[in-house]
Amino acid sequence: MTEHSYNLMLLLPEILLLIGICVLLLSDAGGARRRFGGTARALLVLTIALLALIPQSSTTTETAFGGMVIVDSLSRLLKLCAVVAVAASLVLAARYCDDREVARGEFQSLALLSLLGQFVMISANHLLVVYLGLELMSLSLYALAALRRDSGISSEAAIKYFVLGALASGFLLYGMSMIYGGAGTLAIDEIAGRLVSGEVDAWVFALGLVFIVAGLAFKFGAVPFHMWIPDVYQGTPTAMTLLIAGAPKLAAFAIAFRMLAEGMLGAWADWQPMLLILAVASLVVGNVVAIAQQNLKRMLAYSTISQVGFVLLGMLSGVVDGDAAGAADAWGSSLFYIVTYVFTTVGTFGVIMVLSRAGFEAETLDDLRGLNQRSPWIALVMLLLMFSLAGIPPMVGFYAKFIIIGSVVSAGMTWLAVFAVMLSLVAAFYYLRIVKLMYFDAPVDSERVLYSRSAAVVLAVNGALVFGLGLLPGPLIGACLDAVRQALGS
Amino acid sequence: MNAIPVLSAAIWVPIAFGAFLLAFGNERNAPTVRAVALVGAILGFLVTIPLFTGFDRGSADFQFVEQLPWIELLGATYLLGVDGLSVWFVLLAAFITIIVVIAGWEVIETRVHQYMAAFLILSGLMVGVFSALDGLLFYVFFEATLIPMYIIIGVWGGANRVYAAFKFFLYTLLGSLLTLVALIYLYLMSGSFSILEWHQLPLSMKEQTLIFVAFLIAFAVKVPMWPVHTWLPDAHVEAPTGGSVVLAAIMLKLGAYGFLRFSLPIAPDASQELAGFMITLSLIAVVYIGLVALVQTDMKKLVAYSSIAHMGFVTLGFFIFNQMGVQGAIVQMISHGFVSGAMFLCIGVLYDRMHSRNIADYGGVANTMPKFAALFMLFAMANAGLPATSGFVGEFFVILGAVQFNFWVAALASTTLVFGAAYSLWMYKRVIFGAVANDNVAGLSDLTRREFWMLVVMALMVLVMGVFPKPVTDMTDASVDALLRHVASSKIR
Repeated sequence: MTEHSYNLMLLLPEILLLIGICVLLLSDAGGARRRFGGTARALLVLTIALLALIPQSSTTTETAFGGMVIVDSLSRLLKLCAVVAVAASLVLAARYCDDREVARGEFQSLALLSLLGQFVMISANHLLVVYLGLELMSLSLYALAALRRDSGISSEAAIKYFVLGALASGFLLYGMSMIYGGAGTLAIDEIAGRLVSGEVDAWVFALGLVFIVAGLAFKFGAVPFHMWIPDVYQGTPTAMTLLIAGAPKLAAFAIAFRMLAEGMLGAWADWQPMLLILAVASLVVGNVVAIAQQNLKRMLAYSTISQVGFVLLGMLSGVVDGDAAGAADAWGSSLFYIVTYVFTTVGTFGVIMVLSRAGFEAETLDDLRGLNQRSPWIALVMLLLMFSLAGIPPMVGFYAKFIIIGSVVSAGMTWLAVFAVMLSLVAAFYYLRIVKLMYFDAPVDSERVLYSRSAAVVLAVNGALVFGLGLLPGPLIGACLDAVRQALGS
Repeated sequence: MNAIPVLSAAIWVPIAFGAFLLAFGNERNAPTVRAVALVGAILGFLVTIPLFTGFDRGSADFQFVEQLPWIELLGATYLLGVDGLSVWFVLLAAFITIIVVIAGWEVIETRVHQYMAAFLILSGLMVGVFSALDGLLFYVFFEATLIPMYIIIGVWGGANRVYAAFKFFLYTLLGSLLTLVALIYLYLMSGSFSILEWHQLPLSMKEQTLIFVAFLIAFAVKVPMWPVHTWLPDAHVEAPTGGSVVLAAIMLKLGAYGFLRFSLPIAPDASQELAGFMITLSLIAVVYIGLVALVQTDMKKLVAYSSIAHMGFVTLGFFIFNQMGVQGAIVQMISHGFVSGAMFLCIGVLYDRMHSRNIADYGGVANTMPKFAALFMLFAMANAGLPATSGFVGEFFVILGAVQFNFWVAALASTTLVFGAAYSLWMYKRVIFGAVANDNVAGLSDLTRREFWMLVVMALMVLVMGVFPKPVTDMTDASVDALLRHVASSKIR
């Protein structure tokens, strides 16, 4: 790892992805007015990126661009998950986009660009690279949200998303500049080193940390930085919601991990209480407000906020009285939580999209009424997803909550664990209500549920995963813990 | 003797049949669905037969033990086994499933495949609860039973089914979530999820008390004990007949079994310390809920309250800590499974004809349904604890045990014989005897062959257990003895 080694081969997945996006865009430029040949081209690009990812070593840690980019087991795992999540999203969204005459080429290339941004974030080992990746992802997503420019509500959501997102990026950048002032470097491993050796202006550093945490909280959607989530989830067309709600959460986890756990573990005393407040507020607000929602997407937005609370609980439970021995397990449990959450969310929005059709958006709770009579298979998948989100065994969501609670209890914060499980009782109510609407009520919509075979396959696989990983969660938990342990070098 | 994984078969055979029905059943092939469901239920019962024939009655150890790696990272294993405390409930769960499938035969007309699948899956899950020896595995089965029951109440239930389904689910979840924290705590203390290791784990009094309370909330809701019983009357009343039967016969026992497997052996000192509190709650259930049952106008509600009173007897038996009491409580649990199950079947028979559960809508049913009246009489008597029925044996044991413990506790407990007789027989009188009350009753037809044999089988069980309970007590004896010795020795560290 010399200063001059670019190690381009490590970035092969990113490079191939970028080339693929360029080819997609160019081929579109030829005939912008005609329909483009299916999702297959985008999936091909994703497959190539995936194939380039697989040979990467899962045991060694390597850096490129003079230490600015890091490739380790964690980045490999997160990138694999992100590719799969985006691929599933594109397949699920295909029909929806056609029905609404969203230009597929633009939709797909923007989705892939946001994925590229996520790749950069996941591999960032330098605060500037974090920012670079974040902006690449965010700008693609803003454009995606605004893609239906003739729809008022969707444009409104896009503006909100852009303004608040830009504000959050500003927070983050401001915080980074203060970290630079306090620590004298932007490289994450050097920050960690200087925190240990004490060559840091603690006051400036702490102030910078506040802004960093606030910026991260914005991106995650933790209370009190959550205001954009419900509006954006509700307002953007479901295909775009899927791309905003899914894979970006993985990237947000990655930068939180790189910055807080890898770089600033030494400053745990500053960030742990902040995360605690964010977590508790998110759990309360997310769960309680979700009950009052009539709009399905808005309800899921608040449910996301409460799930973020759980992720934060995992992150903050790693350090006990200055002893960071449990940090790897704690962040590992958060990683497991977020991976399962992303896949559950992709499935959930996928179901909503399948229920929509040309000229009709399924988005209120009433649209789910009697789904079991209209389409038992879709209802069964949704049932599995809802019980998983509610954390009822034998779904995978149970183990996600379980290891987070375990991590919190082992950190000696039993009261916090009790508090969190009590709020998941509240959460169970609104997930159960969806099951109730699908199974107990009579349908109000007699239209047949039409879905493409590929979407059905994706949903079936998704449902089977939620259930199968619930029966045998060991391998995935192990992969998550190993990845984090290795990244933290413990 | 472990050549065949008996317990795994008992869990997964019904679940596999349930999954098969979900996958291939639809509205058009209902007759086939019923037949397949019956085959599944019977197979599910047949595979449990070796538990009865091959059970070593002299041993308090776990038998038919199976162990497979599950989540090694968390120290959780797929560890199954039964002892005298649990073996009967495995048999009971598998048996009742057959009855329930038959009870829903013609009655359920919509989405038959989902109905049958829900009950078969539920059956496997309940067997799992009774045979899991790993804390996490137990919890997974325990919670998972909520899903099919929620669907059963909500889809095929009565007018107020949605409210009842939510109340059932959330109430039970409230209790089990706290248990989850206790399980995690025990795991962190012992580094394992094995219940057997937890039994030996020394714990301070404060820890024991907190763990006991956490378990208590879960199991008390499930039993249900006064004052967390209010979900039960709603759930019972709104559930379809099959749902009520399974709830009363087996699901309530999940909670009581939890006391035997978790609370008493893991926190013995706290159990002794809080025994007075538990006995008080049990006596309130016996006396007060007995009186509440007396004034019910809805038959199902009446039986539901009587279930709570009978389960009060069970918890009373546990916490007087003597052989008679615990033995009697277990017999009472099994007996209650048959008796209350049969009571709900009888009410279901009436409801299918009249679509009313109101006592006031009936009267003089004996004139039009003599066979039914005879069988119902037997079950009402058993519910009241008449000697020679199974209801008597358990109550008598528990009262004997209570006398050894404290005369006044026994005296209060024995009022159940009065109240039980009062509410059961008074309801019986109002529904069955007298002149034919109205045209609807006059038009009733007696039991069909299916209903007749279903009730006769239950009646035989009630009588056999009442006259000759020795097979039951033989199998539970050694384990109860071991449990009591374990509870008597302190494990404070």
